[in-house]
Amino acid sequence: MLTDFFFKLKEGGVPVTIKEFLTLLEALRKHVIAGSLDEFYYLARVCLVKDEKHFDRYDRVFAAYFKGITNLPPDLLAQIPEEWLRRQAELLLSDEEKELIRSLGGWEKLMETLRKRLEEQRGRHQGGSKWIGTAGTSPFGAYGYNPEGVRIGQEGSRNRSAVKVWDQRTYRNLDDAVELGTRNIKVALRRLRRFAREGAAEELDLDDTIRSTAKNAGWLDIKMVPERHNAVKVLLFLDVGGSMDDHVRVCEELFSATRTEFKHLEYFYFHNFLYERVWKDNRRRHTEKMGVFELMHTYAHDYKVIFVGDATMSPYEISYPGGSVEHHNEEPGAVWLKRVLDVYPHAIWLNPQPEDRWGYYDSIGIVRELMEDRMFPLTLAGLEAGMRELGR
Amino acid sequence: MSRFTGTDTYVATDDLTMAVNAAIALERPLLIKGEPGTGKTMLAIEVAKSLGRPLIQWHIKSTGKAQQGLYEYDAVSRLRDSQLGDDRVQDIANYIKRGPLWEAFESETPAVVLIDEIDKADIEFPNDLLRELDRMEFYVYETQQLVRARHRPTIIITSNNEKELPDAFLRRCFFHYIKFPDRETMERIVDVHYPHIKRSLLREALEAFFEIRDVPGLKKKPSTSELLDWLKLLMAEDISPEVLRSQDQHKIIPPLHGALIKNEQDVHLFERLVFMSRRGKA
Repeated sequence: MLTDFFFKLKEGGVPVTIKEFLTLLEALRKHVIAGSLDEFYYLARVCLVKDEKHFDRYDRVFAAYFKGITNLPPDLLAQIPEEWLRRQAELLLSDEEKELIRSLGGWEKLMETLRKRLEEQRGRHQGGSKWIGTAGTSPFGAYGYNPEGVRIGQEGSRNRSAVKVWDQRTYRNLDDAVELGTRNIKVALRRLRRFAREGAAEELDLDDTIRSTAKNAGWLDIKMVPERHNAVKVLLFLDVGGSMDDHVRVCEELFSATRTEFKHLEYFYFHNFLYERVWKDNRRRHTEKMGVFELMHTYAHDYKVIFVGDATMSPYEISYPGGSVEHHNEEPGAVWLKRVLDVYPHAIWLNPQPEDRWGYYDSIGIVRELMEDRMFPLTLAGLEAGMRELGR
Repeated sequence: MSRFTGTDTYVATDDLTMAVNAAIALERPLLIKGEPGTGKTMLAIEVAKSLGRPLIQWHIKSTGKAQQGLYEYDAVSRLRDSQLGDDRVQDIANYIKRGPLWEAFESETPAVVLIDEIDKADIEFPNDLLRELDRMEFYVYETQQLVRARHRPTIIITSNNEKELPDAFLRRCFFHYIKFPDRETMERIVDVHYPHIKRSLLREALEAFFEIRDVPGLKKKPSTSELLDWLKLLMAEDISPEVLRSQDQHKIIPPLHGALIKNEQDVHLFERLVFMSRRGKA
């Protein structure tokens, strides 16, 4: 039964390993918990989930898997037939819903469908294009898809119990990583880590020590040099919504990769093109905006700037006042881009559109001109070239 | 088996006690994350206190090295001593300085080790501690001596999430994320610290506190430790609950707000928002 839970977690996108699973079994064997489901929820989380951004995925898998069980049997390690679990869950279903499950191809199929729905929702949520303002409601409620056996986020459970915790999906906002596929991009981003010599005196400078000791007539004179620190600072601007929806996944990979690479990384979102304001949280984009002027005053000019956007839009959106699709902009976007580029000499534009299609869009041409040709495709090769440009 | 259940000065939620007890029972490190000021560092201190075990603290700096936790060999002093003809120079052990982990491994009773703010150090730092945390032993090359833990210490590691930690390291730890306390827990926490606080003052203060935390766009949200400081000030100044509730235009932000809002921009933002909302009501 627990092995199955383990695989369900893996399927649900929680990066669990066998070692961690064995740790959980060991903890159960040592009777760390008495046997209530609430305790088990916490214990399994402590053992298996190592990052709060995965808590939400864990909650979803847990809720789906343990629906209908309130107390664990005395010996958890005894194998419990899954049939039993299934029956437990089915007790809670109405005939109509059972019919629905059958029509969907049975329990397994239903789980599969649920998983897909959740994945789809996660993508959109991160893309920030469709879920703005609905953050507090259940995804399934919102979609009118709600068979009792697997509903999530609607359980009117006892106050302050763990059941409530996983049904609430408190940690949804922390899930910002797309794990798979970031490796390649990470490799390319390492290029950007340029090692600058700064920081406290730490390493022995052997050459200088020998020289000054000799000068000192043999009396030791130790010389130190500063150690190397990763001093690269980055401002990342991501286009969201509209024509970028197709590219959101690639951008998220880039985003989650960069977060681990630099000491100073600030990211901002914009829609289609850069205007007077950007924002940090897609769900609050209408209330919490940051002025680009303020931004330029806050971050020193040694930050390196990376824009990620497909630059595919009407040319008016770049070169005319009032061209923005979302609001009335007093000054054309081109002016704002120019200002940013004046403050930050090291800047590149990464474009997820395939390079051979760039010629078909006027707007891409305009942006390339504004960027002084520092536009690169969002591929490994493009990243390499872009990072080299930034590192100069 | 010793179990941790919180102390009279520290309120631990069920999930937190569970995590600590798992770490104690399985003798594996516990990694604690959470918003600043939610009592991550205090946890280790309280665990040591409640179990009656010695606490060994290791605070990490940005220049910190994993090796410093084990031992340091002061080659420079030895070189200097050799030039001065000091006798101590013959024995290399004189120049080996024990680090906090060594102290913990050698401790007569099982110790509690706090590795504070591990994310401050270099990315490689946690990787350099894998074997030490796993097997609880290390080798001193200078003296060719193997140091092995007499009792596996309870290790509590805190992180402020400034860097992501390597997977291999995470696999070896238990992980707990301290959520920001809800109102009820917060009342318990305040109770533990200031048992004699006036109910009405506490109610108004918490009201104001959670209101401030809800202000969108604050650069630094006030945390538990800041609330406690603020309450202490309020009590020291003997401020009455009515003042906190006052709708007076001139006193739009709570008294002594400096303890809660630490950033000038935040103060401005807050003033503006409160002003606007008051004007809306009038």
